[in-house]
Amino acid sequence: MEPDTFYVRQKRNLFHSYTLRLALLYAFIFSTSTLLLFYFFYVFTASYMTQQMDDTIEAEIQGLAEQYHENGIQGLTTLIAERVDREQGAWNSIYLLASYTLVPLVGNLNRWPTEATTSIDNNWIEFDLIFNEPTNEIHTARAKVFKLPENYGLLVGRDIHQLTEAKRRIIQALTWGLGIMVFLAFAGGFLLSRRTVRKIERINQTAQSIMSGDLSRRVHTTARNDDLDQVAYNLNQMLDRIQMLMEDIRRVSDNIAHDLRTPLARLRQHLEEARLQAVPGSKSAMKLEQSIQESDSLLTTFNALLRIARIEAGQVRAGFIDIDFNRLLDDVVEFYEPLVEEKNQTLETALETGLQSRGDRNLLFQAFANVIENAIKYTPDNGRLSVSLLRLDTDLEVTIADNGPGIPAAEHEKVFRRFYRLDQSRSGSGNGLGLSMVSAVISLHGGRITLEDNHPGLRTIIRIPLTGAASPVPSVPGTHERSDQRGRNVKPPTGPRTPTRPPRNRPVDFS
Amino acid sequence: MRVLIIEDDESTANYIQKGLQEVGHMADIAANGDDGLSMASSEHYQALIVDRMLPRMDGLAVISTLRAQKNHTPALILSALGDVDDRVEGLKAGGDDYLTKPFAFSELLARLDALSRRTMMEIQDTTLTVGDLEMDLLSREVKRNDTVIDLQPREFRLLKYLMEHSNQVVTRTMLLENVWDYNFDPQTNVIDVHISRLRSKIDKSFDSPLLDTVRGAGYILRATKT
Repeated sequence: MEPDTFYVRQKRNLFHSYTLRLALLYAFIFSTSTLLLFYFFYVFTASYMTQQMDDTIEAEIQGLAEQYHENGIQGLTTLIAERVDREQGAWNSIYLLASYTLVPLVGNLNRWPTEATTSIDNNWIEFDLIFNEPTNEIHTARAKVFKLPENYGLLVGRDIHQLTEAKRRIIQALTWGLGIMVFLAFAGGFLLSRRTVRKIERINQTAQSIMSGDLSRRVHTTARNDDLDQVAYNLNQMLDRIQMLMEDIRRVSDNIAHDLRTPLARLRQHLEEARLQAVPGSKSAMKLEQSIQESDSLLTTFNALLRIARIEAGQVRAGFIDIDFNRLLDDVVEFYEPLVEEKNQTLETALETGLQSRGDRNLLFQAFANVIENAIKYTPDNGRLSVSLLRLDTDLEVTIADNGPGIPAAEHEKVFRRFYRLDQSRSGSGNGLGLSMVSAVISLHGGRITLEDNHPGLRTIIRIPLTGAASPVPSVPGTHERSDQRGRNVKPPTGPRTPTRPPRNRPVDFS
Repeated sequence: MRVLIIEDDESTANYIQKGLQEVGHMADIAANGDDGLSMASSEHYQALIVDRMLPRMDGLAVISTLRAQKNHTPALILSALGDVDDRVEGLKAGGDDYLTKPFAFSELLARLDALSRRTMMEIQDTTLTVGDLEMDLLSREVKRNDTVIDLQPREFRLLKYLMEHSNQVVTRTMLLENVWDYNFDPQTNVIDVHISRLRSKIDKSFDSPLLDTVRGAGYILRATKT
């Protein structure tokens, strides 16, 4: 497993959602097309209505023209008077016959409209009609004007107030309709995508808790059997398969444990029996003693491999308890003090109190023990070592530093591989699994381990998420300030640090 | 001591039986869970050695059935499964100790002795004595030949465990589990260094050494036979 594998639970924002973006785009296209539809609807309706109006006026003109041809200006005047009479103030049709000086002769307009007229092509004009008391309304009229022989002017038109009113109403209705439609499109898109995002979020949450080792979790499916349910269903199938494979691994490793260890146990037994029977101090007794030791180291390697495999499968998580890291590290340091003393090294500790995380105490002890043991082993006599524990944002950070020969930067990643040895010779003690074990244990606890140059020496930095990190964990006054100050720094600092941190809790006592 | 070995692997069973007989114990063998259960409940044994994977009836089931019958004969579980959770499961079922296969016979013997001692030591003493070495558990004072020996807390716990198991071999793993209370494998000889530090305090200025190293097995604290 890569030591850097580190799953970060990403906070999902609704506005980053693909579904929402899709819904908004859809709402936009929908709104635009509705707007176009309404526009053409209005344009065609309005021009049709105007056309109708014009046709009516043309028909009237046709009637008047016939009369004029038959009976001259006299007949025209009579007909207009008749028609005006018939209109009875309804003011639908407008007629006006005027002299060449534009003095009204007959009709229902009091004067020839000269101001406030809008000329449209082919003698069509539009003008304002001002009604008498009591209404005082102003309507728009549309009319066609002719110049008759002898400079008579004829105006035939209609009050188009109803037409403009109808157009206004249509525009109003369409605007409201469009507004509501756009609102519904966007709100609906938002609501729908939120539902989808929630569903996807649920799938993500399940996937994340599965990634962190809880293989028994399954994604919830509904009876609707929609496409997301299909995704969930397929995901569950995949999970079933993964779980089956994991169980196979466990079964295989159990079988290996049983079927290989039992004959090895017998081998060891026979060797032990033979040694007991051999003459003490004889050559064969020594050979037998060596064979027993070889078989023991074979078994140790074998057990370590099985153990790492089990840890990486994440199956020991069931036994997690709250671990006080101050206490744990204190125990590890205390356990190794005699070795430090034997090599006349100094070991400084600076352990912040009150930092807790859930974990397996034996595995964590083993992990820190392996790192500290390596530091002691590879640092020459009279060397300096330090172990520190501090809070870093929502993580706890354990730094184990020494001023020994260190590890070349190119090898920093490789040392976590199984059976990898720095000196490439297999003569040294240990089985090359110590750091693989550390890496597996730290990953199991959701943490990460990095190696840095200590100028000179090696600095091993282990970060593990704190439990209940949201609420501030009480810490010793004096150390608090520092943890706050460093709390904003999320990445482990890469710049050169002071080789060893000043002792805070207790320097090692040499007696 | 009379011991019942419940183990289906004939070779291992015979090996344990032979080893126990050599040091003067009596040992019976049951080759499956059923037989083991009936023998353990009808006869009187001082200790049981139970393999976990047995034909007919699982080793843990044998122990939990015995415990349900109010039979508290100390039981040492043997298993090829050595993970911490397997160990916890075994101890939860009523086992008193857990040993992973393969094991050194000396380890088995040391643990068996410790188990039978545990049942005998129910009466709590306030002082422990080995030869001229005395430990007062109340005042936490250690004296040898009336000279007070100053011990650090962990050294005190280490010596206490050794004195509680005086005259018997105590293995490194037993010390890790009982004195340091962590279950792990140190890659170095750090336990030896702890012992030699303790030895320098209790033995150095005295004529007869009490704390001996047993090659390939562990340590023993005993009054020198003079």
